Amino acid sequence: MTTNGQPLIFEYSREGRRGHSLPELDIDKKDDLLPAALRRKKKADLPQVSELQLVRHYTALSRRNHGVDSGFYPLGSCTMKYNPKVNEDVARLPGFAHLHPYQPEGQIQGALELMYKLQRSLEAVTGMDQVTLQPAAGAHGEWTGLMLIRAFHEANGDTGRTKVIVPDSAHGTNPASAVVAGFEAVTVRSTEEGLVDLDHLRELTGDDTAALMLTNPNTLGLFERQITEMADIIHGAGGKLYYDGANSNAILGMTRPGDMGFDVVHLNLHKTFTTPHGGGGPGSGPVGVKQDLVPYLPAPVVQEKEGTFFFNWDFPASIGRVKPYYGNFGINVRAYTYIRTMGPEGLRQVSRQAVLNANYMLRRLEPYFDAPYKQHCKHEFVLSGSRQKKLGVRTLDMAKRLLDFGYHPPTIYFPINVEECLMIEPTETESKETLDEFCDAMIQIAKEAEDTPEVVQEAPHHTVLGRLDETTAARKPVLRYEKQEAVTT
Amino acid sequence: MSEFRYLPMTEEDQQEMLQTIGVDQLEDLFADVPDDVKFQGQLEIEPALHETALMKEMNRLAGRNVNIKDYPSFLGAGVYEHYIPSVVNHMLLRSEFFTAYTPYQPEISQGELQGIFEFQTMICELTGMDIANSSMYDGPTALTEAAMMSCGVNKKKEILVSRAVHPESLEVLKTNAAGQNLHVIEVEEKDGLTDMDDLEAKYSENTACVVMQYPNFFGQLEDLERAETTAHQSKSHFIVSSNPLSLGILQPPGEFGADVVVGDAQPFGIPTQLGGPHCGYFAVTKKLMRKVPGRLVGQTTDENGERGFVLTLQAREQHIRRDKATSNICSNQALNALAASITMSALGKYGLEEVAEQNLQKAHYAAGVLQDAGFELETDKLFFNEFVVRLDTPAAEVNERLMEKGFIGGLDLGRFYENRRHDMLLAVTELRTKEEIDAFASALEESV
Repeated sequence: MTTNGQPLIFEYSREGRRGHSLPELDIDKKDDLLPAALRRKKKADLPQVSELQLVRHYTALSRRNHGVDSGFYPLGSCTMKYNPKVNEDVARLPGFAHLHPYQPEGQIQGALELMYKLQRSLEAVTGMDQVTLQPAAGAHGEWTGLMLIRAFHEANGDTGRTKVIVPDSAHGTNPASAVVAGFEAVTVRSTEEGLVDLDHLRELTGDDTAALMLTNPNTLGLFERQITEMADIIHGAGGKLYYDGANSNAILGMTRPGDMGFDVVHLNLHKTFTTPHGGGGPGSGPVGVKQDLVPYLPAPVVQEKEGTFFFNWDFPASIGRVKPYYGNFGINVRAYTYIRTMGPEGLRQVSRQAVLNANYMLRRLEPYFDAPYKQHCKHEFVLSGSRQKKLGVRTLDMAKRLLDFGYHPPTIYFPINVEECLMIEPTETESKETLDEFCDAMIQIAKEAEDTPEVVQEAPHHTVLGRLDETTAARKPVLRYEKQEAVTT
Repeated sequence: MSEFRYLPMTEEDQQEMLQTIGVDQLEDLFADVPDDVKFQGQLEIEPALHETALMKEMNRLAGRNVNIKDYPSFLGAGVYEHYIPSVVNHMLLRSEFFTAYTPYQPEISQGELQGIFEFQTMICELTGMDIANSSMYDGPTALTEAAMMSCGVNKKKEILVSRAVHPESLEVLKTNAAGQNLHVIEVEEKDGLTDMDDLEAKYSENTACVVMQYPNFFGQLEDLERAETTAHQSKSHFIVSSNPLSLGILQPPGEFGADVVVGDAQPFGIPTQLGGPHCGYFAVTKKLMRKVPGRLVGQTTDENGERGFVLTLQAREQHIRRDKATSNICSNQALNALAASITMSALGKYGLEEVAEQNLQKAHYAAGVLQDAGFELETDKLFFNEFVVRLDTPAAEVNERLMEKGFIGGLDLGRFYENRRHDMLLAVTELRTKEEIDAFASALEESV
């Protein structure tokens, strides 16, 4: 193994260097405050580096990372749109960044007002009656929503509802969240058209159905046209409809989950509402519900009375707290800033343009790749690499080849019901030129797969590292740095 | 021309694109949305603001808050104000970090992956554990995931948890346990410490895990040795939630035989921001490596033998296992983990110890000053940077008077405990000067 690429911060460490400037201890130090048995024997071996070394190290790491600011990032179902700079400025205002959750309400009226207005905005967007800002992320919101549904059924003495129906195209978190909320996940098939098979749904639905979890548009990027029929099937059997809001970027101001018949919704503010993905988090996953589920919400929610904002803790039937304090406030500040930037008409334009961009790319690419679904897509679409696979080029190879062009590849091998799947979500913040350049690269790769398949199979050629050995990583896990003892020669 | 700076599409672009698609108008792309669910009219949200008006409005809202940089604050209780080196924010604003997502494509995500690998290493060092994951939502959800993991691994349904853990952790744990039909059994707390006799009495063959906090919610240092002995009487796990800063000077839970150590890395470079987002950490013994929830980064090599990093052991996770996954966690708090790593690197081996030492010293100094002024403390020994002062007046009222005098007082424990309305939990970090502490003590005297 060679390590000359990029040292670990520990490898810069030299005894005696420092990267901080602590205040002097301005009181007399006492040595008897801790008994020896409780005092740490061996210091935590953290790196000792100067401030410039620290800055160079993390700058070097950042240069080995691709973000939306670096280039196009059409990762399907992740909505990698532009993260506005002004959001970051606002989140860093001391009046937001330096608030303590246990300050009395009177000291944080501005924060409460912001949370209240964000709740109201998200209620308007989703068509729901009450939003809680507590869940930390999408999966956390899913689980919260399912717990609310469970509490609702239990309060009605309806304890036999043990099953949550999830389409085969659903995000992996859906069935996992169902299980963590104490349900059994049951899979409903998709038709050849890529939509939920209504006959199969009818078969699965019964008095043991707690809920149907649905993403609409679904992960194939297709709008479930028969949504009202589906709602009737589920509601007719006494179940609830859960809306996975991961794909909300397609529907802002065009249609609302509340109007489609959904009872619970979560939104991923780090997708639709431009808060940064942060390399995997932090996100924020508010949940909205219809009136009959309000009593079960985690307390508190923010309310207003005569210009004063306050926490309402009065939810005696609540499922209980799902997150400490008030959710990811710092993220919610960014989302509210975005909503105020766009306004109602701006948000509507977001979805219209996201959908137009996706359809444009789909039509440009469909001569070169198999496009399994014919209907217009919404904000994202899937292609199959099955044609290229016959030439010995897998979807993984094409994804790696895209890296050479400076793009983050689309989501691959998901949804699992499409062979050699590529799932592409351009978002509305990309210009037509960018879409065209990306399509040109995809078309070139399709041609390479025919003419010079090895160029694709051996990709990437221009990244800082070649393909990494994931098998050994899993078989012989090395999950932390261990200092090498000095070798004497 | 577009009215919105984030939307680059021109009229001309739109026409060309519609033509390529083969439709006349944009509405046609929404033809599959049934008319009865099409939204008509305008969303009821406030009108758009240009950037100047936006900043004015946001400054107005921020200005309606009292922030802990404007007044000396003695609030802690799980969320702490600490020194954040200036470099931290500068590095976090490298947009290659904050505008990226989960590193699914390792060749162009080495920065993030290596950053997390370094974070995992630092957490192992601090906690004395073998393995740490890439981070969790926050401390309380990390604690909850740990208990869930134990129930799964040990195939038992009882979680024995001290009432001296953070009450909001306890609430989150209960909500989760209800979802999985697990039983949370609370161990009594006495004078701010876990009642060890009660722990021993409630421990049984059915116990999946014993959960403690160290330092606990009231700031005190529990008898981990005794708790560990109890926790390992039969097949069950010893889970300890720890403020990682305290581990700069305290013998880490790993050395006391903990199977899982969790907590929140917020004290390392993450602003309080009304309680979130923060950064849970999750560390285990080697034995539990394949049971850990969340993302793990591992070291490997590329095809040329060069060192590199990848997400690994993914067979545990929801996107592979779906309904068989051990947890539904999909994201982590990568950016905050990065903030914590940068801070830990800036502090380094000696700096982190020094910050911890200063917290210990200042909190004890403050306790001494208050005692000298005649205040009663719950305890005057074996605490880290927090302690409880017992007042003659309800703490909520005292806090109002303190604010009038320019201080943000400690936590009114009546918020969580009916019988503690006169108790105030004070946190004293390295940021509080002697002058501030002395002035606070006087203000408190005048406020009771």
